[in-house]
Amino acid sequence: MRFRLTDDQRALREGVREALARRFDADALRAAAEGAAGAEGGTEGEGMGRRGVGAGSSGNGGGGAGGDGTVRSENGAGGASGSASAGERAGVSGVGGERAGRAGAGGRPVRLAEADGGAAGARRTAGSPRLDRALWRALGDLGFFALRMPEAEGGVGLGLVEAVLVFEEAGRVLLPGPLVATHLAAGAVPGAATGETVVAAVDGGLVEWLAEADVVRGDATGAVPLRSLDPLTPLHRVPAGRPAPDPVAILLSAAEQLGTAVRVGELAAQHARAREQFGRPVGAFQAVAHLCAGILVRAETARAAVYAAAVTADPADIAAARILADEAAVRGARDCLQVHGGMGFTWESEVHLHLKRAWVRTQRAGGVTQSEDLLAAALASETV
Amino acid sequence: MDLSDTPEEAAFRARLREWLAAVLPGLPHQPSPDDWPGRRAYDLGWQRRLHDAGYADVHWGAPPSVRLIFLEETEKAGAPYVGANFVGLLHAGPTIAAEGTAQQRERWLPPILRGEEVWCQGFSEPDAGSDLAALRTRARRDGDAYVVTGSKIWTSHAEVADWCELLVRTDPGAPKHRGITWLALPMDAPGITVRPLRTLAGSAEFAEVFLDEVRVPVANRVGDENDGWRVTMVTLSFERGTAFAGEVVACRRVLGELAVEARKNGRWDDPGLRRRLGRLHAEFRALWRLTQWNVSAAQASGGVPGAGGSVFKLRYSHARQELYDAAAEVLGPDCLDLDRPWTLDRLSSLAYTIAAGTSQIQHNIIAERILDLPKGR
Ligand SMILES: Cc1cc2nc3c(=O)[nH]c(=O)nc-3n(C[C@H](O)[C@H](O)[C@H](O)COP(=O)(O)OP(=O)(O)OC[C@H]3O[C@@H](n4cnc5c(N)ncnc54)[C@H](O)[C@@H]3O)c2cc1C
Repeated sequence: MRFRLTDDQRALREGVREALARRFDADALRAAAEGAAGAEGGTEGEGMGRRGVGAGSSGNGGGGAGGDGTVRSENGAGGASGSASAGERAGVSGVGGERAGRAGAGGRPVRLAEADGGAAGARRTAGSPRLDRALWRALGDLGFFALRMPEAEGGVGLGLVEAVLVFEEAGRVLLPGPLVATHLAAGAVPGAATGETVVAAVDGGLVEWLAEADVVRGDATGAVPLRSLDPLTPLHRVPAGRPAPDPVAILLSAAEQLGTAVRVGELAAQHARAREQFGRPVGAFQAVAHLCAGILVRAETARAAVYAAAVTADPADIAAARILADEAAVRGARDCLQVHGGMGFTWESEVHLHLKRAWVRTQRAGGVTQSEDLLAAALASETV
Repeated sequence: MDLSDTPEEAAFRARLREWLAAVLPGLPHQPSPDDWPGRRAYDLGWQRRLHDAGYADVHWGAPPSVRLIFLEETEKAGAPYVGANFVGLLHAGPTIAAEGTAQQRERWLPPILRGEEVWCQGFSEPDAGSDLAALRTRARRDGDAYVVTGSKIWTSHAEVADWCELLVRTDPGAPKHRGITWLALPMDAPGITVRPLRTLAGSAEFAEVFLDEVRVPVANRVGDENDGWRVTMVTLSFERGTAFAGEVVACRRVLGELAVEARKNGRWDDPGLRRRLGRLHAEFRALWRLTQWNVSAAQASGGVPGAGGSVFKLRYSHARQELYDAAAEVLGPDCLDLDRPWTLDRLSSLAYTIAAGTSQIQHNIIAERILDLPKGR
């Protein structure tokens, strides 16, 4: 047994952390959130480029999806051939995030109508974020999506452990976009591996980033946008959605949750050391210090569970990882918010973004109850 | 990252399994919890068998990963727990091995390993619990002996112990961490009175130990005079290291038994209960992984368990209590029946967040040593 990161894995994590810091740092995150908070006034293309996801303009708010508020998915339930051809098209035309370029991709399976102004006002998702195509391509260049594809097929040829490390880093910086869906589509949907094609997936009753995707896997018929709790994850509701819990998808989400859990622990401890009240750092008060310690304990326990699940790929280990990671992220973010006091309740602080994203991730793959049920059933059948 | 055994580990595991399968069926029945002399003899007898089979020093002589396999396999096979040998094997022994002179190691280690002598731990005092360094039991130098007066409390297995790892104050004038000395106290020395204390579970697991002018040879001092605090910290890190690894395995077995019981009595139909058990299943899987993680870290750092032990201890002690709370839900009204084993286990689980450093103290340790937060009051 050698349950530790290898030197290569450590180097990979450092490399990804540095690359993400260059591409999507805390300022970019805040700017993205700022943009998403903003009203309709943004101009087209604002915020694209270095600063990552920018303000949604009134022209592309992702709000109305067709006059009847629906989005069509031509590729049905993830049919390979349908999505392949769609992907090819997207691969040709959907580059760079230029609005014109995207509009040119007339045959895209997900064809979003332009925002419909006032008509569907109740459903409008004002300020819905746009996906930074340049960032997406950069992630593709980094190998983010092709990570687990064999080298012979142009992939990086790494495994689930490395994927988990990379997704932990993504979760740590709250990297926006349908990361898991596109990663899982690599190799199956042309262009996904390189980041040229943005792939969203129906998951239960929800689709993340539907309006920005070139390809949607699963049946998104009748999708209706909702005003997303998370300013950096646009959401659609789909009526017929059933969770299709791919264990790898669950694990990668858990890895993102782990990243959040670790990050909020750092933020809480930093604030507790720096903020002074009653003439001393608030971290000198046990009530505060113990909140911080609790965040760390949950995060480190989740880390062991997530990493082990990546090694074994056992569905029960993955279910356990998910339960622990969801708890570590959500409770961690809440306690982090508490440690920040009033500052934690502001839009300006990044704490709420972690909590909101953590909440979004808890809804994936049937939610935590699915994992609890699986593990309960395993208790009754296996010798644990 | 690799969770599988190395060839050496696999060989060790296979040999151990084979030996356990051969030896366990012939073992006598466990004595009743109240039969102290019987328990002492039983626990020592088991250690003797381990020694003769070559497993005696697995607790501090072997690499941490091998120790983990030992704890895992013995628990899975239903072998006896360390019991009365706990302090000898997990506190005093490792301390003497690390800090003792050659003569001291020669005198005390073989009897521990051969299952001949029982040790207890005389650290806590009525006025020094979490604040252990406030201890007041006084040792005055008199020729080649220390003369010790004071009292210890919560001393587990004191009644059946041959030796006590004793912390005493040798310099009352020094700052509190600097005037402490570590002594090996023979429990049959004149001037010692042991008064058993009844725990809330009804048994007499621990005792008060009164010391009245007890003479302890200077040769029984491990480490330098007034250096006992540092010597002690070596011991405590062992306590929070892998000491509970076997118990995690046991808890997972109990969970399986809870599922069986719930199916039998119909409570399995309650989805709330099922999910509660499912969550606990996740919890104990994770705690096992955390153990493996900490053990691998200890292995890489030369065998010393780090502050990760506090993370584990904190989480595990609460999980254990939740496990037996869930057992109570499975049992329903029977959870009030002391003849159901889980009822007693539920009571015993209450000690876990107190002994070996309370949960609050573990939080403090994590906040100060891992998160670098200012020392609180
Ligand atoms: C079953 C059992 C077996 C034991 N066996 C032994 C043994 O063999 N040998 C031995 O020496 N000792 C033994 N102990 C003693 C054990 O180590 C102490 O009980 C423990 O360290 C707590 O000390 P205390 O009981 O004096 O509680 P106190 O220290 O008085 O604590 C009371 C409460 O105050 C809290 N508290 C104290 N200080 C702080 C602080 N700085 N910050 C926040 N909260 C604080 C505690 O968390 C606790 O909730 C045993 C205890 C038990 C329960």
